Amino acid sequence: MKKITRRQALGATAGALTALGLTAAAAGATSAAATPAEPTTPGTVDEVYQGRRIQITPGGGGHHGGHHSPGQPTVRIDGRELHIMRNADGTWISVINHYETFAEPKLLARAAVRDLQGAALVPFGGAA
Amino acid sequence: MHTRQNQKNLTSAQKKRFTAAVLELKRSGAYDALVRTHDKYFVPDRDRKLRVGHMSPSFFPWHRRYLLEFERQLQEIDAGVSVPYWDWTTDSSPASSLWADDFLGGTGRTGDRKVMTGPFAYDKGNWTVTVGITESAFLTRNLGRPQNPITLPTAAELQWAIDDPTYDVAPWDSTATAGGFRNKLEGWAAPKSERWRNHNKVHQWIGGHMTGGTAPNDPAFWLHHAFVDLIWDRWQQKHPGSGYLPAAPLAVGDLQRGRVIARDEPMPPWNITPREMSDHRSLYRYE
Repeated sequence: MKKITRRQALGATAGALTALGLTAAAAGATSAAATPAEPTTPGTVDEVYQGRRIQITPGGGGHHGGHHSPGQPTVRIDGRELHIMRNADGTWISVINHYETFAEPKLLARAAVRDLQGAALVPFGGAA
Repeated sequence: MHTRQNQKNLTSAQKKRFTAAVLELKRSGAYDALVRTHDKYFVPDRDRKLRVGHMSPSFFPWHRRYLLEFERQLQEIDAGVSVPYWDWTTDSSPASSLWADDFLGGTGRTGDRKVMTGPFAYDKGNWTVTVGITESAFLTRNLGRPQNPITLPTAAELQWAIDDPTYDVAPWDSTATAGGFRNKLEGWAAPKSERWRNHNKVHQWIGGHMTGGTAPNDPAFWLHHAFVDLIWDRWQQKHPGSGYLPAAPLAVGDLQRGRVIARDEPMPPWNITPREMSDHRSLYRYE
């Protein structure tokens, strides 16, 4: 299935986003129940933080839609991908925190959970 | 020619006209197109792509042109409206009149940070977030971040940026810490003991939508950036012999070539140059 990028998702209609969101939320819940937390590869994170599931897959795989550099980890919150970007000094920013840098993706993901205050990410290239 | 006023000096009639024009722009769909533009042009400096809006020298001229676009669209609705500026070094409290019910409304409620007061409160029915990072349709804020307090930049912090006589320095990105007004004011050049300074810190202080890529969902964005624009003016007046840098396209072999806009190169999406944006006095003035 053709993945959509977050930029494209932002351009979609509210109705389409809602439809995608419901599907993605259901898929996320299913995988959360089925997958035990067993970090094996270095850089892999699978944790529940403030009630939200954070999953980080090291670079090379994951749900990349060609929107960022190869080798970049994939960060998901409750099954939805969080768009992250790397800075010149190796720090990270996310679409939730565009004006603050983080030393590692896990810290960025936790900050995003704190700022989301329970809200669901708009899906892009993810479970849908 | 119009005047951009300090927001604290606006009459209640002026506040009403400004917010009414913003709401009309939202209703027409043009506002959300502007939000999308800001998100699109936030390119991080690790990417091998042109960086025009942020983490680059064109931070000031790009946002000047962006604000002019917003302001021109407002003026098509009401010719008597201009973008006010918010001097966050003086109006530095959540109790400022800026955040009152008759202007931008206040902070978000505990729990989901939903803004409950003012013309942009979701429950008023005129401000639905459609270009968002999350599925929430309401505007969010977290003024001063009370659970982990942050203060707005001080006059001294602002002066630290304005006192630097060099506009920007190589490598022209968020790591430009060898000096340079641009990165000190944008805020990435904060000392290691601090997380934020100046422009970036203001985004953090407001919280909610203002911390993300779709920050212009909060109308406070424009008042913040109008002050950033005025600060560029103040820097030019203090250092009349200094100008926008880089003055010429970067040399072949420079890693930043093709990623940074020089003084006479066009900035997307308008294809206007930093030089053309360096003097606004034929368009508007600040009070």
